[in-house]
Amino acid sequence: MVKKAASRIYLALIFLFLYLPILVLIVLSFNNSKSRVVWGGFTLKWYAECFKNETITNAFVTTIQITLAAAIISTLLGTLAAIGISAMKKKNKAIMLGATNIPLLNADIVTGIAMMLLFVKFINLGFVTVLIAHITFDIPYVILNVLPKLNQANRYTYEAALDLGATPLYAFFRITWPEIKSGVFSGFLMAVTMSLDDFSITFFTKGAGVNTLSTMLYTELRKGIRPELYALSTILFLIAFLLLLVMNHRSSSEGKGAKQAI
Amino acid sequence: MRKSGRQLFAGPYLIWIIGFILLPLAMIIYYAFTTSGGTFTFENVAAIADPVHVRSILLSLKLGIICTIVCLLLAYPLAMILNGLKIKQQNFVVFIFILPMWMNFMLRILAWRLLLSNNGIVNAIFQFFGFGTVKMLNTQTAVVFGMVYDFLPFMILPIYNSMARIKNDVIEAAKDLGASDAIILFKIIIPLTLSGIISGIIMVFVPALTSFVISDLLGGGKVLLIGNVIEQEFMQGTNWNLGSGLSVVLMIFVIASMALMNIFDKDGGGTAVW
Amino acid sequence: MKKRLAMLFALCLMTGVLSSCGKDSGSTETTKKDDNTLVILNYGKYIDESVLDQFEKETGIKVKLEEYESPEEMYTKFSAGSINYDLVCTSDYMVERLINEDQVLEINFDDFEYYKNLDSSIIEASQIFDPENKYSMPYFYGTLGILYNTTMVSDEEVSTWNVLWDEAYKDSIIMQNSVRDSFTPALRLSGYDINTTDENQLNDALDLLIRQKPLVYAYYVDETGDEMAMGNAAMALVYSGEAAYAMELNDDLSYSVPEEGSNLWIDSWFMPKSCHNTEYAEKFLDFLCREDIGMLNFDYVYYATPNLAVKENLDEETLSDTTIFPTDETLANCEVYKQYDIDTTKLSNYLWKKLKSE
Repeated sequence: MVKKAASRIYLALIFLFLYLPILVLIVLSFNNSKSRVVWGGFTLKWYAECFKNETITNAFVTTIQITLAAAIISTLLGTLAAIGISAMKKKNKAIMLGATNIPLLNADIVTGIAMMLLFVKFINLGFVTVLIAHITFDIPYVILNVLPKLNQANRYTYEAALDLGATPLYAFFRITWPEIKSGVFSGFLMAVTMSLDDFSITFFTKGAGVNTLSTMLYTELRKGIRPELYALSTILFLIAFLLLLVMNHRSSSEGKGAKQAI
Repeated sequence: MRKSGRQLFAGPYLIWIIGFILLPLAMIIYYAFTTSGGTFTFENVAAIADPVHVRSILLSLKLGIICTIVCLLLAYPLAMILNGLKIKQQNFVVFIFILPMWMNFMLRILAWRLLLSNNGIVNAIFQFFGFGTVKMLNTQTAVVFGMVYDFLPFMILPIYNSMARIKNDVIEAAKDLGASDAIILFKIIIPLTLSGIISGIIMVFVPALTSFVISDLLGGGKVLLIGNVIEQEFMQGTNWNLGSGLSVVLMIFVIASMALMNIFDKDGGGTAVW
Repeated sequence: MKKRLAMLFALCLMTGVLSSCGKDSGSTETTKKDDNTLVILNYGKYIDESVLDQFEKETGIKVKLEEYESPEEMYTKFSAGSINYDLVCTSDYMVERLINEDQVLEINFDDFEYYKNLDSSIIEASQIFDPENKYSMPYFYGTLGILYNTTMVSDEEVSTWNVLWDEAYKDSIIMQNSVRDSFTPALRLSGYDINTTDENQLNDALDLLIRQKPLVYAYYVDETGDEMAMGNAAMALVYSGEAAYAMELNDDLSYSVPEEGSNLWIDSWFMPKSCHNTEYAEKFLDFLCREDIGMLNFDYVYYATPNLAVKENLDEETLSDTTIFPTDETLANCEVYKQYDIDTTKLSNYLWKKLKSE
């Protein structure tokens, strides 16, 4: 039983290690004192200031815009690409997949710099360049999520539908789409996650005045730590917590429903 | 006919690949092998042999390796414990480890700065117990700390995942045949989780090797990793050719370390992402 | 490495986490440039925004302000040709660099109504980077010195740069994370000119800085003020502006420019070649020199202003605050940075990396 106790303690320590820093941020966000170690009473003023702070709200809005736009465009492009690639001959397929793997294997800093070098030659760095960069590193996730579904799908059903006189569009939505739907959605979600988390690539491809949360925080952290950032941390943590909770709950209840149907 | 028609769907993506994947790579390679005047040179790539750059890449390797080992040592027992808990809800475990990751990683670094600074919380606790102030922020240790914190889940999850796949019967059978716990661990569990270990190592080591943000924010400008050198060449030194040359070298380092790891990973199952 | 996250995500999905997708907002902002708009580029928080509104009210010319953090950041984007601004405010040496690169337009000061408000001694000092004073207009100026915590360091100690090498302050010294600023104390201590391009002299300075590195708490830029206010270090090499900011936060802090001499910086406006309407741009510069506008900006930025009309209206206490307005004696001891030539730039960058990798 000593072993069991030891493993419980170990588990607790790791959780402490993972969550203590976040807990500290949350506690400090309610601290009515700029000090990091003295408790000055409960306050919500940092939240008010966080919402008033245009740097923070702008970065938040930009992050949402970039993330959603990049995820949607890359889902469209990526799904189309996956359909095309699945129809290719082995050699072409290998070439396309090889190129798709490049952004995945490269270090972020190298990908970011390479894109910056290209952009500064032709266009102004700004919102659009960040968007293009995000789409570029998002697409591979969509393709690699959709492609296996396409390979599993029964090709002949689609062709049979065509033989029976269905238009390609009709056949696609009636036959192919249901089979790849889950892959497209997971690709989309993965793209969202990648875009939200990215720092390095955004850092190198952004123009003056365009900031996502990551790049905004980088410059803000270098300027010094302001209590509004604690409030922002708490808000982001809560959003993440709720999102994950909802997803988990939905999927488990869906799972139950499915079982009952069987 | 139909098939070649469907291939055309990949057209926009093909253009995208050429425009935004291959062309940027061509640019970085072009810059890497030219001078600012545009003439061909090996200088920028060879610059890696300069003592300053050698030192920073060795430091990157050192910190990357320490970080990876610490993560592995922390994660492996943890994965075993988690696996032993036999939680029905595997979701829950993933949930716990993913949650911190969904918060912006800059904010997690901020938290460590708060904890580690001279007047920070850890030191306040030390002082309370009469230990005096320990300098932690702006050292290599702080950088490793930050890296371990950031990358630990990437080690835990693949190992836990591969461990959960081991069938209980195998271990039971070994026990029945009289194998000791140590033998079970070394002859069965570790070999069967090897692919998980290797993907964990790659997922921790590569970002640790190429990181420049963590060393910047927790190292107080005193810890110069190869990522910092490259970043500075672009953002401050404005010697883009040298920066590109070093980037190309870094790219080679990353590919080499992954190739090296893949030699060990014979079944290749663990690195499969999808 | 994106792959690692992908893996996590795959795990997420594998364990049954699926959800619906969101709606797109994805609107992109396009900066439409109509002729009635000036686009200006300035350091962050370096102009009172009500000044812009007032300018628009009086002249009908709209002003769009963009901000940046470091001169190098601005230069990287500038040299890439990715910025089209009408007016830019930046540091002295960066102005010189751009003048040398033929990126700057001449300003016609003849039509200026309020240029005469500006301190001629500061205009003269600007000649080191703009020899004929025809490309730039000074905006704010200040010095580089030591911000120190009076509870840990005495006033006499900081009268010399030597204090930055004092073993007693191990791990309590913050240096600037930029080559020129950190080299300045080392060069002055060795008795060299801060604009020296002599390799041996720079190497001597590097040796000093390498000796100092074990004592240094961190090489910071913008976080210096907060770290000092927080009491995390005893002293820091900072610009007077940053010092004034920190001193507002913490009464124990004080600022000094050591007697060996230091750097005088002059942030100045210039018109880049991309300026599409020089008449409007000049109107704006003139506007900035006006007494009431200068006052608004001074109150907001709180750095030393070269605007004498503004200075006349300040109270004795503000004027005698040597953190904001350096004394003539200090000024005589300070020099403006001269832009390094290409070889020296390369050398100094290399020495900097050498110091950092020690």
